[in-house]
Amino acid sequence: MIAPFEDVVIRTACRLLIPFIQLYGLYVIAHGAESPGGGFQGGVILGASFILLSLAYNADEVRKRVSEKRNLIFCSVGLFIYSGIGAVCLALGGNYLNYSRLHHLLPVDPVYARALGIFGIEVGVGMTVMAVMLSIFLDLASKHEDEGEMTSLGMDR
Amino acid sequence: MEWIVSKYNYWIYILLMMIGFYAMIGKKNLVKKVIGMNIFQTSIILYFISIGSKKGATIPIAEHGLGGPIQAIQYINPIPHVLMLTAIVVMVSTFGVAMALLIMIYRRYQTIEEDEILKLRR
Amino acid sequence: MTTSPYPILIILVPLMTSFLIPLVGWWRRSLCYPLMLAALVVSAFSSLVILRMVMEQGTIHYHLGNWDPPWGIEYVFDHLNAFVAVIVSLTSLLIGISSKSMVERSFSKKAAFFYCLFLLQVTGLLGIVVTGDAFNLYVFLEIASLAGYALIAIGEDGAPFASFNYMLYGTVGACFYLLGVGYLYIVTGSLNMADLAKLLPPLYESKPVLIAFAFFIVGVAIKMALFPLHVWLPDAYTYAPSAVSSLIAPLTTKVGAYVAIRVVYTIFTPSFVKEFSSATITLSWVSVSAILFGCIWALAQTDLKRMFAYVLVAEIGYLALGIGLANRNGLTGTVLHIMNDAMMMASLFLVAGAVATKTGFRKIDQWGGLHKKMPITMAVFVVTALSIVGIPPMCGFFSKWYLLLGAIAAKQWVAAAVLLASSLVNAILFFRVIEVIYFSRPAEFPDGDRVQHQGFDEAPWSVLIPMLLFAAGIVSLGLLSGKIITRIVQFAIPAGL
Repeated sequence: MIAPFEDVVIRTACRLLIPFIQLYGLYVIAHGAESPGGGFQGGVILGASFILLSLAYNADEVRKRVSEKRNLIFCSVGLFIYSGIGAVCLALGGNYLNYSRLHHLLPVDPVYARALGIFGIEVGVGMTVMAVMLSIFLDLASKHEDEGEMTSLGMDR
Repeated sequence: MEWIVSKYNYWIYILLMMIGFYAMIGKKNLVKKVIGMNIFQTSIILYFISIGSKKGATIPIAEHGLGGPIQAIQYINPIPHVLMLTAIVVMVSTFGVAMALLIMIYRRYQTIEEDEILKLRR
Repeated sequence: MTTSPYPILIILVPLMTSFLIPLVGWWRRSLCYPLMLAALVVSAFSSLVILRMVMEQGTIHYHLGNWDPPWGIEYVFDHLNAFVAVIVSLTSLLIGISSKSMVERSFSKKAAFFYCLFLLQVTGLLGIVVTGDAFNLYVFLEIASLAGYALIAIGEDGAPFASFNYMLYGTVGACFYLLGVGYLYIVTGSLNMADLAKLLPPLYESKPVLIAFAFFIVGVAIKMALFPLHVWLPDAYTYAPSAVSSLIAPLTTKVGAYVAIRVVYTIFTPSFVKEFSSATITLSWVSVSAILFGCIWALAQTDLKRMFAYVLVAEIGYLALGIGLANRNGLTGTVLHIMNDAMMMASLFLVAGAVATKTGFRKIDQWGGLHKKMPITMAVFVVTALSIVGIPPMCGFFSKWYLLLGAIAAKQWVAAAVLLASSLVNAILFFRVIEVIYFSRPAEFPDGDRVQHQGFDEAPWSVLIPMLLFAAGIVSLGLLSGKIITRIVQFAIPAGL
């Protein structure tokens, strides 16, 4: 359980830093093909920026910005971007994840379409990873007032 | 003597793996077991990365502007790095599931020591 | 190289649907169940089409991203693969149909997440069966395992702790598999299974390859719950909810046995097995003790679901025995037993779940007189029990027959004796339960009221129909065993045995 730590220095520093951290996360996602980086790494950095916000303020501050519903939508949409690009390549006639087929849709030649396809995949992966990291942290840090139905104790006799 | 010094990466990963394994089976606190599982998986990641290295080779990033084809012998093998990215994702997901399970166990038994839980379960 | 989309649809549709279901569940909850069934139907249809294609054309290769192996990942379908894929997808479809009543009863608000995890588990299992790349198998293995840990933990009291234990064991098993892949990568530089089979034969004497084999066998034995690494199984399958245990129990361990066949006979070809026969002889001795101890421990149980879990430990011993015997008949027995055991365990756990949800009784002596209340369920139980004992024409007889022939051909007399003795012990186990059901008086409540198993209060149709289909399958697939062997299983066994 994270107790809110009200310190002006920490709050100001975090508020200043978090946009730059997110920008760096986006840079890492986009440069996966050329330097160390990629979808998972950038997604973790993006998720870490939200976790930093939650540490500086409290978890409700983050929930105001990214509610649980929006988190789940991010997670699913990221996966759909990934599988969707693959399925589009399937529908355009190639095998699954054969990005060179995307040259039918985008005005580039097949070799460059492969690079763009990878970039699209990384964006999808980054979204999903960010959403999952955030949701793991929020689940662990929350107070669990509502037990919900999905706990044990005498469910399936 | 040579087989200890020249293969030091294997010895290190085995040592780490055994530390993690001991924590998984020897410790009673469930959180310590999860940490041991983490160390166990990390040691395997270390092992994979270490088998990709070559003598005198540089990191596998192609520089712009250097003409000519890439000579593989100058770069360390990037495939184990790529495989271990996936393994790290698996490790993080397993850790997340472990933490969720620990919260459910704590809510039910109010303790995280394994012997107390086993006593409460009887 | 094939261009038909079915090899990828079998994985893609459950994966995408599993993440579509939470979104749909927020919008309209009643759509989750039909959506899940639609995904499972597409998967089952694709697997049947692929089996047909494999029976006509031979092995199918599907290159992801049009990269040729060994640079890219490929999905390979040969007879063994396609057969197990059909079993997994059809079983999960039937279990998916039956899960509705339990979900409605227990956690209707979070049903969407349950179906999401269910489909992820099915995706992982199908992915293990379908892939032809050793590292891709590890990824799908972990997907299936993680979904399994989460699904088991939502059971009754004691389920989270059992799932935690399962997670510790399962992670070690998967890590050992990964270590095996790593050692093979060091010496060959390839991760593709067919490529490894080509590159390994000159290297069979070298230490990394032998160590890799050892790591593979131990890792797969943990995942398959082979004695003595089966310790996670009884707790995990007893405390899991009924819809989950009827999905996981038939499939996870059988897919583990499939991975063992792949590792031992496809990556390390039968010539390795013949050269290092001590490994397979050890495996056959371990499986003999698995059969023996599984049956003996099952005798000691009073809780029926736990007894079924120990019977499952013995059945896994049969599977491993066929792999360890390393001859044609033994491996035929194992491949047939993958199909038979999936059906038998599915119907057993469905029966246990149906009775538990309808009456709440789990102990053997509380099942007295149940045939008046749930006659169809008990009839299915009797058919399954006869099959496990090994009485023709049920399918269990045929796989045991081939295992026996294999044991005799390999001159493993102890294995043959244990096979016959285990049939006897299984008969004692199940006939004791059948006697209590049909010939005993109903059990008493603790405070003295006599339980009235009166009236015909059968399980709901969504549970009854899959049970009846499994029972019909047990009988009819037993009668069709000869045809299945000559058309499919015969080609699934690698040449050279």
